[in-house]
Amino acid sequence: MTVYAAPGTPDAKVGFKSRYEHWIGGQWVAPVKGQYFEDISPVNGKPFTEVARGTAEDIDAAIDAAEKAFASWGRTSATERAAVLNRVADRIESNLELLAVAETWDNGKPIREPLNADLPLAADHFRYFASVIRAQEGEFTQLDGDNVAYHFHEPLGVVGQIIPWNFPLLMAVWKLAPALAAGNTVVLKPAEQTPASILVLIELLADIIPPGVVNVVNGFGAEAGKPLASSSRIRKIAFTGETTTGRLILQYASQNIIPATLELGGKSPNLFFADVRDAEDSFYSKALEGFTLFAFNQGEVCTCPSRALIQDSIYDGFFADALDRTRAAVQGDPLDTATQVGAQASNDQLEKILSYIDIGRKEGAKLALGGERADLGGDLSEGYYVQPTVFEGTNDLRIFQEEIFGPVVAVARFSDYDDAIRIANDTLYGLGAGVWSRNGNVAYRAGRDIQAGRVWVNNYHAYPAGAAFGGYKSSGIGRENSKLALDHYQQTKNLLVSYSENPLGFF
Amino acid sequence: MSLDAAVAIDGETRSRVAFSDAALAMILQLREQHGPLMFHQSGGCCDGSSPMCYPAGDFITGDSDVLLGVFDLSAEGAAAERADAGGHDPDRIEFWMSREQFQYWSHTHLTVDIVKGRGSGFSLEAPEGMRFLIRSDLLTSFD
Repeated sequence: MTVYAAPGTPDAKVGFKSRYEHWIGGQWVAPVKGQYFEDISPVNGKPFTEVARGTAEDIDAAIDAAEKAFASWGRTSATERAAVLNRVADRIESNLELLAVAETWDNGKPIREPLNADLPLAADHFRYFASVIRAQEGEFTQLDGDNVAYHFHEPLGVVGQIIPWNFPLLMAVWKLAPALAAGNTVVLKPAEQTPASILVLIELLADIIPPGVVNVVNGFGAEAGKPLASSSRIRKIAFTGETTTGRLILQYASQNIIPATLELGGKSPNLFFADVRDAEDSFYSKALEGFTLFAFNQGEVCTCPSRALIQDSIYDGFFADALDRTRAAVQGDPLDTATQVGAQASNDQLEKILSYIDIGRKEGAKLALGGERADLGGDLSEGYYVQPTVFEGTNDLRIFQEEIFGPVVAVARFSDYDDAIRIANDTLYGLGAGVWSRNGNVAYRAGRDIQAGRVWVNNYHAYPAGAAFGGYKSSGIGRENSKLALDHYQQTKNLLVSYSENPLGFF
Repeated sequence: MSLDAAVAIDGETRSRVAFSDAALAMILQLREQHGPLMFHQSGGCCDGSSPMCYPAGDFITGDSDVLLGVFDLSAEGAAAERADAGGHDPDRIEFWMSREQFQYWSHTHLTVDIVKGRGSGFSLEAPEGMRFLIRSDLLTSFD
């Protein structure tokens, strides 16, 4: 067990600057309007740095830099770009603890997660896209004896990317790696709750990524996000967030006739069929852990398994065991490697979760565990902590239908296979799902019948590069985390070539 | 104390949505800064399930949306501008939600409140260090 020193104390692995400007053209650039905003650590509820408050003028400057850089970056060979991505991965790995402390301090997540998941995945993600871009081949078709259609992959140009606050580094990397591999240049706007860790990373990469290839402009959605998303100078926009902003971004994209990819969250069902309890063995323990993963990253995951559906015949026993497993979750100082549940990312997120616990009670859901803000005492007293919370109820309740984005699970029972699938699909969303069964046929059929882009079978919350991630229904458009993402960042150039010496004969 | 929206759904007689006093104070401030306003209720991840406040007409609504209520601000002091370029009335604020989301929310009354925070969408109050938030109450009938 290790407790990392808090930033601002002598032994801290990361030293935040007192103020961060924008990162444009490979250097720090002060915001045109000279304004900054405080970045608050959810660990203790206190501000720890100031970050530039960007406006349309800063977005324009960043797009200028990105356009200039595209002239050369867009023409580099895949070999060169892959080498850059591999060096980025190495740099992340060699600064693992520094970045992990920065991420935990900015976001509130328990540090074991960035140490063991977010950052190793981020490094691997760059290596994955370094590999697939090297291995990507164009296509050609010999149409007949004289004519050949060649298909080349080309980058789009300058792309805009708006990043969420739940995995500030990993979600930035999910968007950056395919965009850069494909030869685009980027203007990236981090979330206003978590603007700092990305700036720590981008400064570490200053000697690796050529100036202007990645530009970071912070600020508020209305002031910086909107000018980026609505700019007529970007060739694509990518966004992770919620549905209303997703629609707004599609609306802006339609006005400029550019593609948009959206990841808009979900209300993911986690199905436990009766046979999981056939034996109280290691697999059963794995399934109980699968239930408790609703509290992973404090529930601030688009695929949080926030609806647990348990078959009637095992309900009482499984639910009692799952509650015991959840009670054992250790909530505490996010900088302590023994901590399993940390802080919610912001005060408004804390308040929203509490408002959902309130509506859950009012709607008559039965509170089985938690249900309160957690006061961890001492320096952490002002931090944004919520107890892991378990409700029992029915799928029509609002806590079963809306993404709370907190450590809150709503549990219901199902009678048989058809009932399970009906409840699982009775949602606006279709991002993730879990299926737990010892019967491969049941697990396979359920995985195919659930309308979601990612169904975990006998596991949950794994995000390896190479497994496509994206939503059905209102959960969005597009796929990330797989070579399919390249398609969202590339044009297809067709050269249709005639090797005939003879006229067509029409005129 | 709060301000109730006028009923906007045919056949209903009870207001579905209200502004808390604290939310109303922010809305009046935002109206001074940005002109006529509108709300659209979000769903989904991150900042989802939160109400979004935009300049009126900025977010395009359509048949896929339900108008839950209309607020009349005419008793709340004069707006700096009478209307924006789009002809929107600064005393009128529409509150919208997607139709499919409304199917799951329709049994609850919503109060727009405000707390300290940042938000992460394009909602206008975020730069003020505040975030609109929905508080819900159960209602069995809106007739």
